[in-house]
Amino acid sequence: MNALTPSNGGCRTAPVLKERGQREVFCGLTGIIWLHRKMQDAFFLVVGSRTCAHLLQSAAGVMIFAEPRFGTAILEETDLAGMKDAQTEIDREVARLLARRPDIRQLFLVGSCPSEVIKIDLAKAAERLSQIHAPHVRVLNYSGSGIETTFTEGEDACLACMVPVLKSTEARELLVVGALPDVVEDQMLSLLADMGVGPVRLLPARRIDDTTAVGPNTVFALVQPFLGETHSALERRGARHLAAPFPFGDEGTTAWLRVIATEFGVSEETFEAVTAAPRARARKAIAQAAEVLRGKSVFFFPDSQLEIPLARFLTRECGMTAIEVGSPYIHDALHGPDLDLLPAGPQISEGQDVDKQLDRARAARPDLTICGLGLANPLEAEGLSTKWAIELVFTPVHFYEQAGDLAGLFSRPLRRKAVLHLEAAE
Amino acid sequence: MKLTVWTYEGPPHVGAMRVATAMKGLHYVLHAPQGDTYADLLFTMIERRNHRPPVSYTTFQARDLGADTATLFKKSCQDAVDRFQPEAIIVGASCTAELIQDDPAGLSETMGLSIPVIPLELPSYSRKENFGADETFYQIVKALAKPQERTARVTCNILGPTALGFRARDDVEELTGLLSDLGVQVNVVAPLGATPSDIARLPAAHFNVLLSPETGEAAARWLEKNHHQPFTKIVPIGVGATRDFIAEIGDIIGKPVLIDESRLRMPWWSRSVDSTYLTGKRVFIFGDGTHVAAHARIARDEMGFEVVGIGCYNREMARPVRALAKSYGLEALITDDYLEVEAAIEALSPEMILGTQMERHIGKRLGIPCAVISAPVHVQDFPARYSPQVGFEGANVIFDTLIHPLVMGLEEHLLTMFRDDFEFHDDAGPSHHGGKAKAKVEAVVEEAPAPQDDNIIWLADAEKELKKIPFFVRGKARRNTETYATQKGLHQISLDTLYEAKAHYAR
Repeated sequence: MNALTPSNGGCRTAPVLKERGQREVFCGLTGIIWLHRKMQDAFFLVVGSRTCAHLLQSAAGVMIFAEPRFGTAILEETDLAGMKDAQTEIDREVARLLARRPDIRQLFLVGSCPSEVIKIDLAKAAERLSQIHAPHVRVLNYSGSGIETTFTEGEDACLACMVPVLKSTEARELLVVGALPDVVEDQMLSLLADMGVGPVRLLPARRIDDTTAVGPNTVFALVQPFLGETHSALERRGARHLAAPFPFGDEGTTAWLRVIATEFGVSEETFEAVTAAPRARARKAIAQAAEVLRGKSVFFFPDSQLEIPLARFLTRECGMTAIEVGSPYIHDALHGPDLDLLPAGPQISEGQDVDKQLDRARAARPDLTICGLGLANPLEAEGLSTKWAIELVFTPVHFYEQAGDLAGLFSRPLRRKAVLHLEAAE
Repeated sequence: MKLTVWTYEGPPHVGAMRVATAMKGLHYVLHAPQGDTYADLLFTMIERRNHRPPVSYTTFQARDLGADTATLFKKSCQDAVDRFQPEAIIVGASCTAELIQDDPAGLSETMGLSIPVIPLELPSYSRKENFGADETFYQIVKALAKPQERTARVTCNILGPTALGFRARDDVEELTGLLSDLGVQVNVVAPLGATPSDIARLPAAHFNVLLSPETGEAAARWLEKNHHQPFTKIVPIGVGATRDFIAEIGDIIGKPVLIDESRLRMPWWSRSVDSTYLTGKRVFIFGDGTHVAAHARIARDEMGFEVVGIGCYNREMARPVRALAKSYGLEALITDDYLEVEAAIEALSPEMILGTQMERHIGKRLGIPCAVISAPVHVQDFPARYSPQVGFEGANVIFDTLIHPLVMGLEEHLLTMFRDDFEFHDDAGPSHHGGKAKAKVEAVVEEAPAPQDDNIIWLADAEKELKKIPFFVRGKARRNTETYATQKGLHQISLDTLYEAKAHYAR
């Protein structure tokens, strides 16, 4: 492979434990929590049940009481009994919503488990509503249902539904795909600009009027490892994927940037000049946080599909040993480059049977367990240190300047355990 | 369809989870897609429970729908029984599974399990969380309670406390102590902490104490009808209600009861002169019906507040809350639409809100202090300290809860006297809430007119004077003055109008 390949071989060809059973994960609706902040002129209208509304409220943790740009059209008895026409109902709710929120330029109708099961045709609704409210508002639809999407796959479905309506271009452009916090996005853009790579387009763009387009000369890089559908949709529009490890940590960020630099013919001197200083900062910051992580073991429950790239970061840059790396889904085209770099050893698992996986975690007694909110306190009560995975999605963790923060997210539970002295003195 | 942003209650199967999680030795097999597992975090994160809720989700996916979700359900059922070895299981469907009509009740019946299987029918598209909890507890009691002899000594059950309940843990402890002081032993507390075999023993008690009507009334009524156990109608939240509750117990057990009130500090705290400043504070009360009713009485009769608005989000309590509001000369606000609640609060501009976590956010937005008195709850509503709402200690706790958000007595006067002090000024908020304190920014004189009524104009001098009134009464002053002007047919408010209105409303 290359200079970064681990001496004992990577995990790309390691056998994968595929499990089917009870899954303890969020559904794709959860992505709305960050997407509605990222796209400042978008509104997400879930067509679903009270459970969907309750999930969004509970997953948001703290309610965002500036009126959020999402809501749920809750299906009622009359909708199910066919006494009311779902399409008419949607038209009415959307008209009411858009009248109240003239700042909304793009509306996403988001399918849920119940709307999928009773087969409400949201594509038809989106098409009709687009015509009614054009040109001011563009209406798209995707499914965030838990029978079709797992947690971060909701963002994938959202971005994938935008691909067909992107403008066409013949220009040679770099398209960076995946929602990032604005501050991180700006850092990335500045690194690329300093290397002379451009023009750079973003999906999702912060506002609808932005100039994101796609065509046969577009090359795209993913910044999130859960964008499989979007990846396929972009390839269907003729764009070419630049496969790379994901930009977590010093190594990941450098490898990700290098793939782009090579594609755009950036000289080695320029690459070094642009990345040397932030790389040094990232290494220093990681080293501080990694002190408590070195030599410790880690166990990943499947959650966001960030697991494989993060295991690569923790093992290679923070000195941890991975026992099991669980991911809800593994796509070779996306996760392959990170699996290549992940030193052989850990059990790679896909899917979940939560009770069996808990048995394995209890038997292995890892120093740190990465898991969802439903499992964290119960495992802590059994004496295992945990890091709740959702924080990894809600915190700026990509690229050089956040590499130390990323390591810090994992070291904090261990540091906390070390500083607490709650027993009686001897 | 109804557009909803925030909800006061979750779906009914979350209510069933509150019962299952409260109990021991019971398992809930829920036919539901993977996303519904989010509900676990309500218990493990918000309530900080140290174990997973005893719930197995079938987590069917789209590809299962064409195949055989019924077999998946049966497998989950069998796995749960084998792994967790519960004394009984409850089975049901979440909103999505309700649509695919797999009939968990029928399926589980055919499995020949050796333990009781209690099927739940919880209509997800018409009912909500409290109904789900009430119905689940009722079905469990109906299925498991066995006819038996009464205990030799006078005993009662405490019915209604669930997981995620508002202060349920401490209320049970306080109530158990109070009943013990009255010579009544507690037979079973349920659902909180009860096993299925404890449920079987419910009919041994002489009567039931219904602590939480929202989640226990159906079971209490069934036990009254089928096992001839009377149940208490008064929820002992507040001084007066606690005393009435004690008298009610006396009536039920047929002998007068005497109790040592030395732990009850609240009446003196309210009577003491420092509390004078509480008089006539205008409060808006919103939450679940039970807590709202209790707090309406506390607010008016025990704190000396003026109640300016009453409402609840659970329709099951609409009737009693409407009647209650009427007795206060008010019209009740019965809604689960938080935007409506916000609009009502904004229009009434109360000096304090007694509400839920939702109203706390509304209060934050409108700059009105809020004390949380009811579910829906957040992590901060599960304090580490002992903090009951019922009984004598509950009354003490509530007094503290209600005054904490307010500017305190002498501080209020000082703010009025020295309102232009650079540190000790309006915008700083109550001085014991550090987070809000901020140095005064010398405001550029705002020329923009303040929001005003349709036909009423505030003249500049009156507007300026209004700004000198401390923030915690400014809203009221503005409203009173505008009402006064409207009554007098005035279209302009001058300095004189402002002070005439002040004199008019003097008390």
